[in-house]
Amino acid sequence: MFEDMVTARLYEERLQNEYMEGKRPGFDISAGEIPGELHLAAGQEAAAVGVCHHLRDDDTVTAPHRPHHVAIAKGVDLDRMTAEIFGRETGLSSGKGGHMHLFDPDVNFACSGIIAQGCPPAVGAALAAKKRNSDAVAVAYLGEGAIDQGGFLESLNMASVHDLPVVFVVEDNDWAISMPKARVTTPDDGSKRADGFDMHGARVDVDDAVAVYEAAGEAVGRARDGNGPTLLEVQVHRRMGHFMGDPETYRPEADQEAHAERDSIDRLAARLREEGVDDDELDGIRDAAAERVDEAVTWAKQQPLPEADAAHDHVFTNPPEGVTSDEPEPGAGAAAGGDD
Amino acid sequence: MSSQEQQATGRTATMSDAMVEAVAHEMREDEEVFYMGEDVADYGGIFDSTTGLLDEFGRDRVMDVPISETAYIGAAVGAAQAGMRPIAELMFVDFAGVCFDQIYNQMAKNTYMSGGSVSVPMVLTTAVGGDYNDAAQHSQTLYGTFAHLPGMKVVVPSTAYDAKGLMHNAIRDDDPVVYMFHKRLMGIGWMPAPDGPKTPVPEEPYTIPFGEADVKREGDDVTVVTLGLHVHRAVEAAESLADEGGPDAEVIDLRTLTPLDRETVIESVADTGRLVVVDEDYRSFGVTGEIVASVAEHDPSALEAVERLAVPDVPIPYSRPLEDAINPDAAAIAEAIRTVAE
Ligand SMILES: Cc1ncc(C[n+]2csc(CCOP(=O)(O)OP(=O)(O)O)c2C)c(N)n1
Repeated sequence: MFEDMVTARLYEERLQNEYMEGKRPGFDISAGEIPGELHLAAGQEAAAVGVCHHLRDDDTVTAPHRPHHVAIAKGVDLDRMTAEIFGRETGLSSGKGGHMHLFDPDVNFACSGIIAQGCPPAVGAALAAKKRNSDAVAVAYLGEGAIDQGGFLESLNMASVHDLPVVFVVEDNDWAISMPKARVTTPDDGSKRADGFDMHGARVDVDDAVAVYEAAGEAVGRARDGNGPTLLEVQVHRRMGHFMGDPETYRPEADQEAHAERDSIDRLAARLREEGVDDDELDGIRDAAAERVDEAVTWAKQQPLPEADAAHDHVFTNPPEGVTSDEPEPGAGAAAGGDD
Repeated sequence: MSSQEQQATGRTATMSDAMVEAVAHEMREDEEVFYMGEDVADYGGIFDSTTGLLDEFGRDRVMDVPISETAYIGAAVGAAQAGMRPIAELMFVDFAGVCFDQIYNQMAKNTYMSGGSVSVPMVLTTAVGGDYNDAAQHSQTLYGTFAHLPGMKVVVPSTAYDAKGLMHNAIRDDDPVVYMFHKRLMGIGWMPAPDGPKTPVPEEPYTIPFGEADVKREGDDVTVVTLGLHVHRAVEAAESLADEGGPDAEVIDLRTLTPLDRETVIESVADTGRLVVVDEDYRSFGVTGEIVASVAEHDPSALEAVERLAVPDVPIPYSRPLEDAINPDAAAIAEAIRTVAE
């Protein structure tokens, strides 16, 4: 778990720097190596690893707009995910998706940038598992701001009445962009929503990876054993702005400082030290993670950008006549390469 | 107001400033006007659509709402039916899917279904458009989708001057109005706008009637019909062609889709005989087809040549070369003008 948490944190720090490349001095969201919005999850790693370390490749995860930490914990191909974020042809989605829309069918991972709309597909994955008598489970991640959304509430009901193997994981980072939880959501403890749907609810109110791991163990176990869904809320912290470039003028400084102080990675490191893991070993894990991140970014940046004509591909799996680009590009289908 | 009169006002404003000015004015004049949406209070709107309103009007009238578009957009419908004048903001038009019933079954149709006994005087503001690599769920324009639905007025400003006048009108209108502003035109710090949308804007309130297209550039050879961001791209294309001694293009900014000023388009094509329609929405079943059909229905013989430029029926891709390939730029517009002029 520690390794994945550190990888996720270093990955986000690296992306943060890469994102700013070409965007200075005046910040322009569409400029630079990584254009568009970028939502980082530094501070939320415990929720990712604590749950995903119970999962297998055939378990499904749907992630929201802040997906990297969950993707890393679920084992999404880091190289191709990075290439996707850099908009490259060899990215997970051939450059079509970008950072909010990562799809890795090898480990059953998908994303959506529309709030709470990953919940219904997770219910669908759970439904498929149940119909096929498999013991695979589905996990839908969402933020605490997303629990007011109809798609989530309808999913809870559907999961409950059909007793489906799904775990809803609410990452409570206290903020929905500029809106603090208290202003837009009741009750304060989101896991209580489960009560209204006759479903198990639990909350881990400190961002401790081990505590999350234990609570998630119960929830995932319940689903795998055919005993129905769980709503699990986990306290995490958003150390950064909502997206890169967010001036955060709405956020009190004290809040940010408090968040920076209580870091789940430090907490886990302290615990590991208590259990006899020495600093050298922890440093070794950090160094290896840094190297892995560097490899992924270096590889991704060497990948070609897609050819303009590729914009027409993949609208359909079985394209009707005349729907894909009319003129096949010279050398279409040849190995990726060439100038970018 | 003619463009000379606009110039005479001196003071320029960004499109977001102009919109907010109109909203603030209407809120001062009428207690029944209020604004609700996600991040519209302390943040001032992700796209600066409500900057400063919280300070002046407080949280009762500038309301942050839960991420529950069905609930708060539906609540705007209900408040409007109760006689208030709500403005509800849908942060990105792409999110309409989660609350579409409230928009196209309630907001748009209640007047009709009630036999005119109910009216819905609300404004739905929403950000549209791509051109910044945010991919398929955050970059659509969906002009055609909204204009296709009977019962709503649909407004798409392209300049600060138009944005203000159309907003005054939208709030005062007794019908539901969808006010679609292009992110790239707002003048937001982190998303640089082209020069065009920042125009002179009078301090005092004024209205621009719905259904009056504006000729943003006069020309004799080719009629270019467009809206939103692409007005600026079309003007740029027309100017560059004129500089090279190419065809002289007239650029018509539709400004509103419902009502649609077919007359201005038909009159212009009667003079030029050549039509280019440019849209950032999907090509099929959309604005481009509607404009061409309107001209053809009126007088098929008026059309010597037609080109349509729009997103070629693919979701908006993320990667820069892909998005650039599907979103018509000034060069593509110039090429289309040349083609129809030949
Ligand atoms: C349906 C919908 N409404 C609004 C948005 C815009 N939006 C993106 S993230 C966000 C806040 C989400 O807050 P939360 O669920 O708490 O997740 P966090 O960003 O804190 O991780 C909003 C409102 C959206 N993407 N989809």
